Amino acid sequence: MNLQRRKLMQMTALVGLMASAGLITQAEAATWDKAAFEAKSVDDVVKALGGSTAPTVSDKVTLRAPDIAENGAVVPVGVESSLPATQMAILVEKNPSALAAMFILPEGAEPFASTRVKMGKSSNVIALVKSDGKWFMSAKEVKVTLGGCGG
Amino acid sequence: MASPMRIRATESGGVVDVKVLMRHLMETGLRKSSDGKPIPAWFITILDAKVQDKVVFTAEFGPAVSKDPFLNFKLKGTAKKGDTLVVSWVDNKGETNSSTVEVK
Repeated sequence: MNLQRRKLMQMTALVGLMASAGLITQAEAATWDKAAFEAKSVDDVVKALGGSTAPTVSDKVTLRAPDIAENGAVVPVGVESSLPATQMAILVEKNPSALAAMFILPEGAEPFASTRVKMGKSSNVIALVKSDGKWFMSAKEVKVTLGGCGG
Repeated sequence: MASPMRIRATESGGVVDVKVLMRHLMETGLRKSSDGKPIPAWFITILDAKVQDKVVFTAEFGPAVSKDPFLNFKLKGTAKKGDTLVVSWVDNKGETNSSTVEVK
């Protein structure tokens, strides 16, 4: 039993070492994070992403989003950080599922990403940045005059 | 649905700025057609960018990303002028698409 555990730990250490040495690339480890994308609330997304505590609000996380979005179907949002980030995410609090997009940053990828998202109604938009194993955030309210879930 | 992506990758001051415009419906699965039936979800789930077979950026999308998704990201040190950048995506139906561009 004890021996097995030791073996397991050795294996874990080895895999970790391989990952840091670049033998295993990030993408091979990346599969679509179903749990995080299906989580409804912001808290659940953070939990699904492995955050044990609530993200710290940080001025080192910059969220770019308009004050007013005339068309909720196409809202330009971007996240940027001065922290050495390994992962970033964009969330829309009042969407049916909060998580809109997530970015995985191997070494050499700048902590910057920008995209366009749909917003059902006016809501807080949240940028999450993972740095040194911890999540940091920044939020901004975006008013939507025409929802993006119509149809 | 396999329309090519439009990609632009330009280097300036050691940083490569990559802009990608994909063509995809990005159905949320929450809309209903005119006869009241739900339209099944259909959206891009994962996009990655590679230089010389090495992944330099990965994005995961949910259905809340807008139709014909746009993505902008920046690389420092992992790409340079003249490199070939390969951008590929896969959607929740397993369809894939890939395009290449030279970093300018």
